[in-house]
Amino acid sequence: MNLSPATIDRIENTIPKYPDKRSAVMMLLHYIQDEQGYISNQAIEWVAEKLDMQPINVLSVVTFFPYYRQEDQKIGKVHVRVCRTLSCAMRGAYKVGDELSKKFGCKVGHSTEDGNVTLEYAECLAACGTGPVVLVDEDLYENIEANKLSGLIDEIERRVSAPEEATA
Amino acid sequence: MAHPKENRILLKHADEDYFSTDIDCYLKYDGYEALKKALTMKPEDIRLQVKASGLRGRGGAGFPCGVKWHDLVDRKSGKPIYLICNADESEPGTFKDRQLIHKDPHQLIEGTIISSFANDVNLAFIYIREEMPLGAKILQKAVDEAHEKGFLGKNIQGSGYDLEIVVHRGAGAYICGEETGLIESLEGKRAYPRIKPPFFPAAKGVYQCPTVVNNVETLCNVVHIINMGGEEFAKIGRPNNTGTRIWCVSGMVQNPGYYEIEPMTMKELLYDVCGGPLPGRKLKAVVPGGGSMKILDTEETYKDRDGNEFSFDDIIVDYDGIMAAGSMSGSSGMMVMDDSIDILEALGNLLAFYAHESCGQCTPCREGSLWTKKITARMCTGGARDEDLDLLMDLAKNIGGRTVCPMGYSTTWPIESYVGKFREEMEAKVKSNSCGMTNFDERLIEK
Repeated sequence: MNLSPATIDRIENTIPKYPDKRSAVMMLLHYIQDEQGYISNQAIEWVAEKLDMQPINVLSVVTFFPYYRQEDQKIGKVHVRVCRTLSCAMRGAYKVGDELSKKFGCKVGHSTEDGNVTLEYAECLAACGTGPVVLVDEDLYENIEANKLSGLIDEIERRVSAPEEATA
Repeated sequence: MAHPKENRILLKHADEDYFSTDIDCYLKYDGYEALKKALTMKPEDIRLQVKASGLRGRGGAGFPCGVKWHDLVDRKSGKPIYLICNADESEPGTFKDRQLIHKDPHQLIEGTIISSFANDVNLAFIYIREEMPLGAKILQKAVDEAHEKGFLGKNIQGSGYDLEIVVHRGAGAYICGEETGLIESLEGKRAYPRIKPPFFPAAKGVYQCPTVVNNVETLCNVVHIINMGGEEFAKIGRPNNTGTRIWCVSGMVQNPGYYEIEPMTMKELLYDVCGGPLPGRKLKAVVPGGGSMKILDTEETYKDRDGNEFSFDDIIVDYDGIMAAGSMSGSSGMMVMDDSIDILEALGNLLAFYAHESCGQCTPCREGSLWTKKITARMCTGGARDEDLDLLMDLAKNIGGRTVCPMGYSTTWPIESYVGKFREEMEAKVKSNSCGMTNFDERLIEK
């Protein structure tokens, strides 16, 4: 496993916080996915050894939680999540999804061919009062209107063309 | 900014320009004074104060917080006691914890420390959902700052009391909002809820030790209970519904948003505070407490236990008021629908949510929620069969109460109430519209 010293540091600092090592599994998977974009089989074995778990038990956590991705579900450089649950839907979330899908030429739930943008619907993002909302990587954009998407699209494109380090 | 009808206690500073998430700012406005006061009290006395305050849990069930702390937590086993702050806010329509976490994190940290002290806890967890990455960073920074100032760690403020708080991140599973699912997840397993009894967290929680699980808003309230005293706190609101509550209003009103209020009528909240329906529209229905709660029809006449009739406008917005109208205040996420909203599509939208979020442990919920989603989807897109509404009701009957956790009801309560109250509209839609949804531009479910 090739992890950066910073990630190794985060991992070593996290494990002793928990009374039982196994509890750290979710945080470790977060750190690894932050760095590598997905959870590889090698990562699963590495985490298992680190936490005295069986690899199958790490895999079962990876497959349970939708946020963890394996190799075939890798997230693109920019991760765009449009909330589709009721409050946002009433305010036009599906139209936003359609427009973004048209703009970037990929179906919702997929990534663009160049792997730059992953466009998905998300379930309730807990910002219903300002719906529709869109989560771009770690930043939430609120009150998005389908006919006024240019600002959001510019932001996504800015992130696509930004150097790799800046988005990490 | 706060509406004049609000009584902001928890959100007092949240939206003010002068306020930031820094600990220095929080200290400037008397932050951590409640903690200093609490550390001079006996843990048992704090628990009794919270019991006297009448504070009910803000996460959904409305269980009295003081009773949970004082009477249910197992102190005889000799095992360590843990505290978990449930910040996995994911019930559709709810966004109050987001405000408290992002805008006033130290209030939550202070509440967590006091609550931990009151329950003899030396290790507390804050479980925050993955979709709030910024919130997790803000909380971690707040924890680090509290450490530096000696509000966390060993011998807090010279009292001899030790506490650590771990900020733990979820990974996109709604079921982690269910306390035993959360605990399984915190133990590093799939978040399959545990069966109760015996796994009531207060007796057998994380690592099989007694565990106090509380919602973000509940813990924030504890700070103010200590500041003003339990009896004084109990004077806010009305008996059995003490304190303020942050109501999250979303959907088709002029001013959606979060409002911290004492009990008031539905009319006051939706018309005076939220500005009423959008121009030219009429309110049709309201989901009062997050997506799983039963829908309220604005035209309906309700009856309380004594047989008195009251209209939708007169429903009092608090635990008991909404309960009297046959629903629940849940997580106080209020989703408002006007006459432009197709009720069948709204139901389909929510059922798609629950089908996606079923953890898959129990067959009725895993299979049932998927079928309810498929049936409503086909009804909305022109493939309805005559028996579909009855089939939905039949499925609902066979999911609710037949699962390990209450999530089964999250699927069945919407079905029973939406179909029960709007059956005619649904039948008419299905009949008149055999070739697709009414309006693809404003559709509420996926094509």
